[in-house]
Amino acid sequence: MRAGQSSLNAPDRELDRFRFRVALAGVAVVAAFVLLVSRFFHLQVVQHDYYTTRAEDNRISLVPIVPNRGVIVDSKGVVLARNYSAFTLEITPSKVDDLDATIDGLSKVIEIQPKDRKRFRRLLEESKTFESLPIRSRLSEEEVARFAAHRYRFPGVEVKARLFRQYPLGAVASHAIGYISRINKRDMEVIEESEQAANYKGTDHIGKTGIEQKYEFELHGETGYEQVEIDAGGRAIRNLSRTAPVQGNNLTLTLDSRLQEMAEKAFGDRRGALVAIEPSTGGILALVSTPTFDPNLFIDGIRTDDWDALNNSPDRPLLNRALNGAYPPGSTFKPFMALAALETGKRTPGQTISDPGFFNFGGHQFRDDKKGGHGQVDMYKSIVHSCDTYYYVLANDMGIDSIARFMGQLGFGQRTGVDIEGESEGVLPSPEWKKRRFRRPEQQKWFAGETVSIGIGQGYNAYTPIQLAQAMATVANNGVMFRPHLVRYITDSRSGEKTMIEPEPLRVLPWKRQHVEVIKKAMVGVNTQGTGARAFAGAGYVSGGKTGTAQVFSLKGADYKASRVKKELRDHALFIAFAPVDQPKIALAVLVENGGFGAQSAAPIARMVFDYYLLGKLPKGAAPEDDVEDD
Amino acid sequence: MLHSFLLRARKRLVEHLDVPLLLVTAALMATGLATVYSATYDASNRVLGQALNMAVGLCAMWAVAQLPPQKLMRFGVPLYILGVILLILVFIFGVKVNGARRWLSLGFTRIQPSELLKLGVPLMLAWYFHKHEALLTFRHYVVAGLLLLLPFALIAKQPDLGTAILVGAAGFYVLFFAGLPWRVIIGLAGAAAAAAPFVWTLLHDYQRKRILTLIDPSSDPLGSGYHIIQSTIAIGSGGSFGKGWLAGTQTHLEFIPERHTDFIFAVFAEERGLLGNAVLVMLYLLLVGRGLMITANASTLFARVMAGSITLSLFTYAFVNMGMVSGILPVVGVPLPFMSYGGTALVTLSIGIGILMSIQTHRMLVRQ
Repeated sequence: MRAGQSSLNAPDRELDRFRFRVALAGVAVVAAFVLLVSRFFHLQVVQHDYYTTRAEDNRISLVPIVPNRGVIVDSKGVVLARNYSAFTLEITPSKVDDLDATIDGLSKVIEIQPKDRKRFRRLLEESKTFESLPIRSRLSEEEVARFAAHRYRFPGVEVKARLFRQYPLGAVASHAIGYISRINKRDMEVIEESEQAANYKGTDHIGKTGIEQKYEFELHGETGYEQVEIDAGGRAIRNLSRTAPVQGNNLTLTLDSRLQEMAEKAFGDRRGALVAIEPSTGGILALVSTPTFDPNLFIDGIRTDDWDALNNSPDRPLLNRALNGAYPPGSTFKPFMALAALETGKRTPGQTISDPGFFNFGGHQFRDDKKGGHGQVDMYKSIVHSCDTYYYVLANDMGIDSIARFMGQLGFGQRTGVDIEGESEGVLPSPEWKKRRFRRPEQQKWFAGETVSIGIGQGYNAYTPIQLAQAMATVANNGVMFRPHLVRYITDSRSGEKTMIEPEPLRVLPWKRQHVEVIKKAMVGVNTQGTGARAFAGAGYVSGGKTGTAQVFSLKGADYKASRVKKELRDHALFIAFAPVDQPKIALAVLVENGGFGAQSAAPIARMVFDYYLLGKLPKGAAPEDDVEDD
Repeated sequence: MLHSFLLRARKRLVEHLDVPLLLVTAALMATGLATVYSATYDASNRVLGQALNMAVGLCAMWAVAQLPPQKLMRFGVPLYILGVILLILVFIFGVKVNGARRWLSLGFTRIQPSELLKLGVPLMLAWYFHKHEALLTFRHYVVAGLLLLLPFALIAKQPDLGTAILVGAAGFYVLFFAGLPWRVIIGLAGAAAAAAPFVWTLLHDYQRKRILTLIDPSSDPLGSGYHIIQSTIAIGSGGSFGKGWLAGTQTHLEFIPERHTDFIFAVFAEERGLLGNAVLVMLYLLLVGRGLMITANASTLFARVMAGSITLSLFTYAFVNMGMVSGILPVVGVPLPFMSYGGTALVTLSIGIGILMSIQTHRMLVRQ
């Protein structure tokens, strides 16, 4: 009610002045709209004929020219991903009245299988109707000629020369290279976010996984344009001008495809992962995840049966175990624990404990693998013979916070930052982690007893094979840590200039040199007189290693006998190693799912990889599995 | 009992709605929806999304209409301050899209703070004049001018000339209806004309290009002139009665750029012709006319300048957009009210209509 008063009190003169301004505004609005309508009249009536002609002549369209995608080669120049040109038969749905009749008609001229129709239907759902969509790819010369003779019968159908991506080595390194496939809505959003929409006009494939995805904008290149005059049916009559596309940049990897292929074969039909790193650069020499898959299947829309086979396989071939599998490291954790003990001053190399075969803590008995124990154990022996009791006691002495701090610096429980998307973090157990992970207060508390099994790489510990390999490489490199990476350099397609990837260390850990030497010496001991000795017998180089076994299934109290346990419940076998010891050229982590003891199935793979990489020796047949000392 | 409850409920629902405004707005929305359908049906259809936007807009309109003007007034200062702070944040942390820094990322979504000020600035200025109504001196116009200049400069700097013009215009209309002396208005116009060559040097390259292409679109047929050439061809080839709904060749052969947003008028004009255009302009004229009536009859200074500013802003949107699409004004990013696809502008405009309704219907209550 108050609001009304001021206007009642306002002098009339002021109100008149105000209303005059309102009236003036009204006049201005009418004048402006009259101006607009007269402009419309001018365009739509006076110049109507002119613009109608212009609209009918409006046949100059900009046709994007898709650039050649960059090529990917390995460290030796072997081509891993390339392009080839082939003819495709394409239909523009908006220019066709009856799609089914057209396809039926076409199938009498050129062979079109039900799977081609199915794929076309799926593309149709995902695409705009004015896009030209392939119904058949890889036409033979004869088929092209046959269609040309019948072309007049099929308006809206064309033969086009297109570039296709090809992965010549097939399934080799498919988890590292990844694959390209047709752009979907989510990809389109990414493209728009990155302000690349203009550059992707005309592009219909995009990197979906691996390097193809991570380096998409390097590989893609710059789209060119052609100004084309088209007729009423939308066919090009003549070219008016052309801006050439710029080819995508080429990638040179650190990966050695022959080493990779050999390592993949070494796994046989077993599931697992292997990451081999050059310690002095962080360059990944081999990144294996088995089983693998053929990336060529994905390029033009994967067939339903292929997809089902890959997706429903219990071996999960699409899972990149090297980056996404998180496994307890088992005894491969011990060298890192020992280094932590030296660095934090909790142990000296010569300090011994007496191992009765178990460690009692809080009313629970933590047992050693070896009945009756290892007797007097110093650090060297604890690694060479993989003594559990030594590490139960050590973990208890160090405490969880101190362990988590040291392992965190080594990169455990964090993404390594490798140049492939979708890496897992793994789990670096700590009281803070438990608080984050669990919701109920009674679950959030950290128990001192939980620290004990952390010492032997069990408990909540879960790391990806690439984290293990990075930690091994960092120790081999005396604490100078690199981000693992697959691409060594990018070659600019225009200038030929090379851009190196990750030439600088990620961080330098201030370890005492003599501490690292103690660990390395013990790891050499593993491969000469310990759990790795059989696998590395007669090797032509000095290597260091550590076996490990990760429990899949907890057998409370009962003895573990691999032959009695079902295969899926068998322990995972692990092995970490580096060589040659004085000037490490390669460091790796191997994991064989349900492989049993690390010495049995994982160490021989490492041996084959080292033999090949360091000596150029190819393995003779498959590695025999036989009984060796437990780790 | 129930009957009287229903009657009361109905009264409650409609008592603050202004029927002429609602009818014209609804007619524009319906036209807009049909045009968005035509503009997008062969790519990804946006009709459902736009219908949802309109539903949200209508709800916002109704809700705002319930609030009496003295309550609306309270939003002025907080909205203005929030908007200006966010603009400064954009200036520092903003996300760059297409070379302009207009968006602020909140992690899960992005917001465009300049949108807040389309209503925030007039509300603030109207509140300011209302507060000092008893003894308005020249000093108050200067302060109000400075209050307007700050967000205007921040938005123009992003650069987002379209929004800057809309915010600047909304603020200027408040000053105009609050009685800004004629000599100042004439002086400003003179100064603007004199400063034009200087402003020219301040403009970004692309802005200069747009003005140049207005004079001669064919000078840059593949760059910024392309939009204008194609939209004038669309309008001109539409003729007197249009090519018919869904039958525009310029539209469906994709010659019109941004055809469901800023250039939707080209789609409409091509398919509905001069007749359709005349009807559309008439609808806008009715909207603005009703708004000016409400302005003239408003009972407080706040209500008057606010109603006047909103009404002339609506006119400015419509005029600048149609003028740019038909090639008599340079290309700036201004949507066509209730026609262009896009939720934010639609909700802002609907709230504007809601404020007009509030001013009109609460005035009636005062009289009773």
